[in-house]
Amino acid sequence: MSMIRIANGQGFWGDWLEAPARLLEQGPVDYLMLDYLAEVTMSILQKQRRADTNLGYARDFPPLIAGIASHIRDRRVRVIANAGGVNPIACAREVRRLAPGLRVAVVLGDDLFDQLDDLLAAGHEMRNMDNGEPLASIRPKVLSVNAYTGAFPVADALATGADVVITGRCADPALALAPMIHEFGWQSTDWDRLAAGIVAGHSIECGAQSSGGNCQVDWTTIPDLANIGYPIVEMEPDGNFSVTKHPGTGGRIDSHGIKEQLIYEIGDPARYITPDVVADFTSVLVRDDGPDRVRITGVKGSPATPTLKLSVSYLWGWKSIGTLVYSYPDAVEKARAADRIVRQRLEQLGLRFDEIYTELFGFNACHGPAARTDEKAVAEVQLRIGVRGHDKAAVDRFTRELIPLVLSGPPGGTGYGDGRPAVREVVAFWPALVPREVIRPSIEVVE
Amino acid sequence: MRIPLSRIAHGRSGDKGDTANVGIIALNDSYYPILRRELTAERVKAWFGDFVLGEVIRYELPNLSALNFLMHGALGGGGTLSLRTDAQGKTLSSALLRMEIEVDEGEM
Repeated sequence: MSMIRIANGQGFWGDWLEAPARLLEQGPVDYLMLDYLAEVTMSILQKQRRADTNLGYARDFPPLIAGIASHIRDRRVRVIANAGGVNPIACAREVRRLAPGLRVAVVLGDDLFDQLDDLLAAGHEMRNMDNGEPLASIRPKVLSVNAYTGAFPVADALATGADVVITGRCADPALALAPMIHEFGWQSTDWDRLAAGIVAGHSIECGAQSSGGNCQVDWTTIPDLANIGYPIVEMEPDGNFSVTKHPGTGGRIDSHGIKEQLIYEIGDPARYITPDVVADFTSVLVRDDGPDRVRITGVKGSPATPTLKLSVSYLWGWKSIGTLVYSYPDAVEKARAADRIVRQRLEQLGLRFDEIYTELFGFNACHGPAARTDEKAVAEVQLRIGVRGHDKAAVDRFTRELIPLVLSGPPGGTGYGDGRPAVREVVAFWPALVPREVIRPSIEVVE
Repeated sequence: MRIPLSRIAHGRSGDKGDTANVGIIALNDSYYPILRRELTAERVKAWFGDFVLGEVIRYELPNLSALNFLMHGALGGGGTLSLRTDAQGKTLSSALLRMEIEVDEGEM
């Protein structure tokens, strides 16, 4: 193979349903990558699995595969997806049921939920990377425990000949790196090439965010976003690659948009840590290489770390967000007065919260102090008060404190819509590390 | 002369827990020295005021003519805990691009 084409057709669970089929219909693709998992997604899936042991995976995925099964078979396109969530075997069985002609392999080993007490007993503290607290402090509230795993087990799954490879909490860019390892025989110490694969995966893992979506540069001139073409990496054996999209599709791929995506959600750019390699984003060279085509070269990497990151989700408590609308004149002043009244009434009730947060939507909600808007000119604002706490009764009581202001607060209060706001359970995320030896990946072909 | 940062740069921002990442990229490589000079971590933190509770760390990517700011405690608790409209910090790059900076006419 002198070059392989890896396309990404889903940037998250909830992305455009038409994108994967269009990628296969509109031009050549060798591997179709579908990224479903975000930090909070794992906890939602774990809750679904507790309610029904046949669930706990991205339910959109099996029917999607059934819809593109003929393309997969006829054109030998292979699919790699972390759609398995916390129940990849059940996901694979459903794919087999809906698309019986396809070979499906599953990567297992990332799910540590059943081993959690053994790990704690063995002295793994799994301290929160943000605040240093040991995991034992929240043990009874833990809902899911998954390790971010790498590309090599996924490459092993491709080696079984599977048409569809389903993983659990595989790191997003590793889904793109796996076919490169499989096709080009890259080794686990080929740090520069592995890093190039990670940079390639990072550049397409958010789907159309690298082909013209959410791009700030000349955004009004980006053509036909309604028919945006999702991004494709053309990777070469030496680790140099291009990012492009099918001709005739909407959107735009140029160095501006690719640079925006490269710096998206990274920390120290010289040390972008993944399960397989530490990639150096300060080594990446980017240049425009024709219409809708960007060339990326020069990527450097360094050895992988001795630890893997855990995605732990746990029941935190409760929250609710309520709103009221105030209009000109003095819209901002009225909303602030209403906020003071609500807070005073909560205080008088003796209710305690972890946080009470107020923003004036239309004035400062998104940009905060950086908004610097002339408040006298504001036509209308939505007062948005949120509370978060461990006491559900207190949060529930809060939901009754906004609507009375329509009659008892500043003039013109409206926009209370459906009445009292909902109380929602908060499942929080606990980032931690474990030694990588704890994870023992395995492959299962589901017949 | 004073210009808004958006005249010479673009960006994208996102989240990792309660930390926001704000990437700012020069629209032309020749503007990168201006970004390095004007966009110090201290000025960025001051610009956001009490929106950002923790430390702001600046990383440089000269290869992309870009700066990456990690703003800790910037998302009202982050993830599912945050009570903000923009809990993932998607609009924070636009917020930073509103900042006015000082440039010489010869630099433009």
